[in-house]
Amino acid sequence: MSTSVPGRQDEDLPGLSSTTGRTTSRRRSAAGSGKPGKPRPKKARNPRLRGPLRTLLALLVLTVGLYAGIGAANLWGEPQAQLTPQLGLDLAGGRQVVLAPQTDDGQSVSADQLEQAIDIIRRRVDGTGTAEAEVSRLGTNVSVAIPGNPTPDQLEALSRSSQMVFRPVLVAQPVAPTGAEPQVPRELPLPSEQRQEQVEQLAPPAPESVEEGDGTDDAVQTEENRGGERLPASTSTDGAATTGDDDASQTTAPVEPAPPASNPSDLAQITPEVQQQFVEADCAADAEEIADAAAGAPAGQPLVVCSAEGDEKYILGPVELSGANLVDATSGVQQLQQGVVTGVWEVVLTFDDEGTQAFGEVTSRLMGFQEGAAQNRFAMVLDGEVISAPTVRSVISNGIATITGNFTPETAQTLANQLKFGALPLSFEVQTSEQISPTLGGEQLRWGLVAGLVGLLLVFAFMLVQYHALGLVAVASLLVAALLAYGSVTLLGWATNFRLTMAGVTGLIVAIGVTADSFIVYFERVRDEVRSGRPLRYAVDTGWDRARRTIIISDVVNLIAAAVLYYLSESGVKAFAFTLGLTTLIDLLVVIMFTHPVVSMLANTPFFGEGRKWSGMEPERLGAKRSTYLGRGQFREPDAVAPGRRRHTREELEGGVV
Amino acid sequence: MSRFSQFGNDLYSGRRSFNIVGRRRFWYAVSAVLVVVSLLGLFGRGLNFGIEFSGGTELRVLGVSQIDGYEQRAGDLVDENVPDRTTTVTLIGDDTVRVQTGEMEAGQAEDLRADLAQEFSVPVESVTSSLVGPSWGESVTQRALIALVIFLLLVTVVLTLYFRTWKMAAAALVALIHDVLFTVGVYALLGIEVSPASVIGFLTILGYSIYDTIVVFDKVRENTEQALDTHRATYGEAANQAVNQTFVRSINTSVVALLPVLVILVIGVTLIGPGTLVDLAWALFIGIAVGTFSSIFIATPLLVHLREGEPAIRKHDATVLKRRARGEARAGRRAVDQPEDEVAHDPSVAGGDVEDVGDAGQRETATVGTPAPARPAPSTAPQGRPLHPYAQRGPRNQPRRKPRG
Repeated sequence: MSTSVPGRQDEDLPGLSSTTGRTTSRRRSAAGSGKPGKPRPKKARNPRLRGPLRTLLALLVLTVGLYAGIGAANLWGEPQAQLTPQLGLDLAGGRQVVLAPQTDDGQSVSADQLEQAIDIIRRRVDGTGTAEAEVSRLGTNVSVAIPGNPTPDQLEALSRSSQMVFRPVLVAQPVAPTGAEPQVPRELPLPSEQRQEQVEQLAPPAPESVEEGDGTDDAVQTEENRGGERLPASTSTDGAATTGDDDASQTTAPVEPAPPASNPSDLAQITPEVQQQFVEADCAADAEEIADAAAGAPAGQPLVVCSAEGDEKYILGPVELSGANLVDATSGVQQLQQGVVTGVWEVVLTFDDEGTQAFGEVTSRLMGFQEGAAQNRFAMVLDGEVISAPTVRSVISNGIATITGNFTPETAQTLANQLKFGALPLSFEVQTSEQISPTLGGEQLRWGLVAGLVGLLLVFAFMLVQYHALGLVAVASLLVAALLAYGSVTLLGWATNFRLTMAGVTGLIVAIGVTADSFIVYFERVRDEVRSGRPLRYAVDTGWDRARRTIIISDVVNLIAAAVLYYLSESGVKAFAFTLGLTTLIDLLVVIMFTHPVVSMLANTPFFGEGRKWSGMEPERLGAKRSTYLGRGQFREPDAVAPGRRRHTREELEGGVV
Repeated sequence: MSRFSQFGNDLYSGRRSFNIVGRRRFWYAVSAVLVVVSLLGLFGRGLNFGIEFSGGTELRVLGVSQIDGYEQRAGDLVDENVPDRTTTVTLIGDDTVRVQTGEMEAGQAEDLRADLAQEFSVPVESVTSSLVGPSWGESVTQRALIALVIFLLLVTVVLTLYFRTWKMAAAALVALIHDVLFTVGVYALLGIEVSPASVIGFLTILGYSIYDTIVVFDKVRENTEQALDTHRATYGEAANQAVNQTFVRSINTSVVALLPVLVILVIGVTLIGPGTLVDLAWALFIGIAVGTFSSIFIATPLLVHLREGEPAIRKHDATVLKRRARGEARAGRRAVDQPEDEVAHDPSVAGGDVEDVGDAGQRETATVGTPAPARPAPSTAPQGRPLHPYAQRGPRNQPRRKPRG
C-alpha cells in the first residue's frame, strides 16, 4: 500500500510546477482574493484539469441531450410525450378490459386453454414488461388491466385471433442487420409483442430442418439454406420425379384458393404488387406494420412477412394447413432408434388425421425442390410473423414431424410453446372496457415522495457530517443522479411505455443508497491513501484506481442481474429488472463522469489539495502527517514526535510517498 | 464526529481491530439462529400469499349514488366479515365500486354482498361476486425462478473469474441466500401478506446483498493478495484486517441506504397506515440491515474457513508464523543484548520495539531494523534483519569521471 505505483514518478514533473502554483495561489488567497484559485490563463492550461473538464463536458452534453430528447418527443413525438414520468396501474389507474375467449368453432374453452390464453394476452399486452399490466382470470374470462388509456387499435390487437398457419415459402431473403440492432424502441409496445419475445428466445437464428419423426438415418441438421433465391424458378433437376406429387397436392390441398397457379408453391402467384411490397419491406424498421398487415391477410393469397427475429423476409404461398390440425408440440432431446440420446434438441409436432394427410402432401411436393432452395421450405406463421421456416428433408406421411436445428433447451421449449399456442384457435371478444381508479390513493404516492425527500435530505446531512466539504461533492453527485434518473424515466415512459409503480418508486429510493455507496467507497479509498501518507493529489489518483475496480465489478454484477431477469422473466419481475439496470447504469455514469472528475479537479485547489480544515481530507484528522516538502525547495519542520514513538517515521520526515 | 473519524483511523491502521474472523463460530451461531427462526416461520406459519398469487373474490357494487369515502366504507365492511385479508377497493367508471379480497366461503360472500348492498344503498342484485384468478400466475413465478437460477449461475462464473477462486463466489452466494431467506422468514413470521410489490422488495434485497458482499470481498482480495506476496500476515489476519478497514464504509453505506427506508417506514406506520408502502419498507429495512451484517460477519469468515484448508494458504500461514516467531526471538535476544544502550538513549519510552534514531553518527552504530512500513503494521513493528552499513549511510558517492588526457 505504501509502495508508489510505477509511473507515478512521471507525474511528479508537472506536479512540481503546480506545486509552485499552489504556493503562489496560497499567498493570493491569504491576501484575501475572493475566490481561491490559480490565475485564470494558467488554470485553462493546467494539464491536470483538461481530462476532467472534458469528461464533465461530455456528461453535460449527455444530460442536455436527454432533456432535449424529452422536449423533442413532447413537441413532435407521436404520440406526444409527457414531461413527467408515466405512472403505473396502482398509482394512476387505467382501463380494465374483460375479454371472453372464443374458439372459432364455438366449442367451450377448457381451463387449460384459458391458462394458455392468459399467457398469450400477457405477452401481447406487455411484452417489454415495463408497463406492468395485470392479466388475470375472471371467472371464465380474461381480465386485463392496462395502465393509462389504450387506443382502440391496441384493444383490437389484444382481441386478435391467435391462429397459427402453415404456408409454403416462395421466396426467402436474408435481411442484413443494417448496422444497428433490429429492435428499435417502439412507440407503442402493445401490438404483437411476441416478436420481442422471440428475438430474445431464439437469438441465434437456428437453421432448422424437418424430417420424419422416426427417420433417424440422416439425423443431423442441414446447413443453412438462406439461399436468398431470387425469383427465377429453380425447378430442380429431379423435377420430373416430383411432378406427380405436385398434381396430387393440387387436387387434394384443403385450402386451395384456386389461384391462377398450378400449385401453392408456384411462383406465378407473385404479382408485381407483391414483389414491390417484398422489395420495400424493411424488417428492421417496419416490423410491426408488416406483422399487423400479415396478421389480417386473407388465407388464400400470397403474403409478405418477416421472420420473428427480423433477420429474414419471405413471400409465402397460401395457407395449406392451420394450427388447428396440430395436436401437440413438444421439445426434447433427440433419440435414435436404439434409444441413444444424441444431445441434439428437437421439437416434435404431432398432427391429427386431416393434418397428417395434408402435411404429407405438402412435404412430398416441397421435397421436389432442390435442397437449399427457398421453395423447399415451409413457414409457420403466428401473429403475422414467421416463427420458424424449416426445410423439408423427407416426406412426412405419419403425421409426426421433428424440427432440428441448433436449438438450446430454452429455444426448443419456446418454439414448442409457440406452436402449441398457435394451435389454439382462440379469438377474444371484448366484453367490458372500463376506466378504473388507482388502487393506491394519491395520498400514498404523495407521502411516499415526502418520505423519499426527507430521506434524501437526511442522507445529505449525513454525508456533510461525515465528509465535510467533500460531502458537498456527494450531494451534487446525488442531485445529478436524480436529474438523470428523472429524465430517463420520463423519456423511457414515452419510448417503451415504462411506468413507475409504487414498488418502482421505492426501488429508486433504495437506489439512493447504492449510488451513495459508490461515493463512499471512493472517498474512503482516498482517505485510506491519505492515511498511508500520500499527499491528497496523488491519493485521489491511487484511491480512484482502487475504488474503480470495486465499483465496476459490483455494478457489473447488478447489471447481469438486471439483464438476466429482464430477458427471462415476465411482468413485475421484468419491470424490476428494468429499474435495477437503469439505476445501476446511472450510478456508473455519475461516479465516472461526475464525481471523479470533480474530485480530481478539486484536489488541485489549495483548499482540498492542502487538506485545509473542513475540507474532509485533513491529514491530521486521518492520522497522517502533512507532506513536508512545500515546493520551491522549502521544507516544513517535522512535527513533534508522536507519543509512543521514539523517532519520526519515514512518512513524518519525508511526507510519505510522493 | 472526530471520534468517529479517529475510530476509522484506528481500524485502518490496525490499532483497534475487531476479531471477526477469529470469532466466526459465534457469528455462525448467530446466523444459524436467524435461519432457524426464519425456517420456523416459513414452515410453521407459511407465507401468506396475496390475491395476486392465489386468486380470490371480486365483488362489484353497481350504480352507487353516494360514492364519497367508498374506500374506507367498503374496506371496513370486508374487515368485519372476513378479517385478516388485504383488500383493494377501486372505483370503476363513475358509479361502480370494485372490492377485491382473498378467497372466502360462499356463505361469507353472501353476507358480504348483503352488507355492501346495505352500505351503498343499492339492491342486493346490484352487487355481483365472481372468482378471480391470480394475475401473478404460476407461469410468471416459474419463469422468475428460472431466471434467478440462471442469474446465480452466471454470477458464480463472473465472480470466480474476477476473484480467481470459486470460494469467494460460494461465500457470496451463501450470504445472499441467508439474507433473502431471513427476510422471507420474517414475512412469514409476522404474517405480512406477500404481494408482487414484496417480491420486488426481495429482489431488491438480493441485488443489494450481493453488491455489498462484493465491495467487502474486493478489499479482502486486495489485502490477502498483498499478504500472500509479502508474507506479513496470515490469510485470516489479512481478511480480518480488510473487514476492519471497510468497516467505516459498511457503516456509512448502510446508514445511507437505511435512512430513506427508515423515513418511509416511520411515515408509513404513523401517517399512511398499512399498505404496500409499509410492507415494502419492512422488507427493505430488514433485508438491507441483514445484508450488511452477512457480508461482514458471515461471508468473510466463511471465505477464510473455506480457503484456510488449501495447501498453498496453509503453507503461507506456516511461513508467516515461522517468520514471526523468528523475529520475536531475535527481538528478545536483542533486548537482552543491549538493554543499557536503549535506556541511555531514550529512557522515557518503555517499549523497546522501535528502532533508535538520532543524528547520523548514532545511526551508523545503532542496530536499526526495517524502515518502518508506510502504513504502521498491525502489530507494533517487529524487528527485521539488520541493514547493511551501505544502506544506512545513505546514497553512495557518484563514480567520478576520470580526468581526460
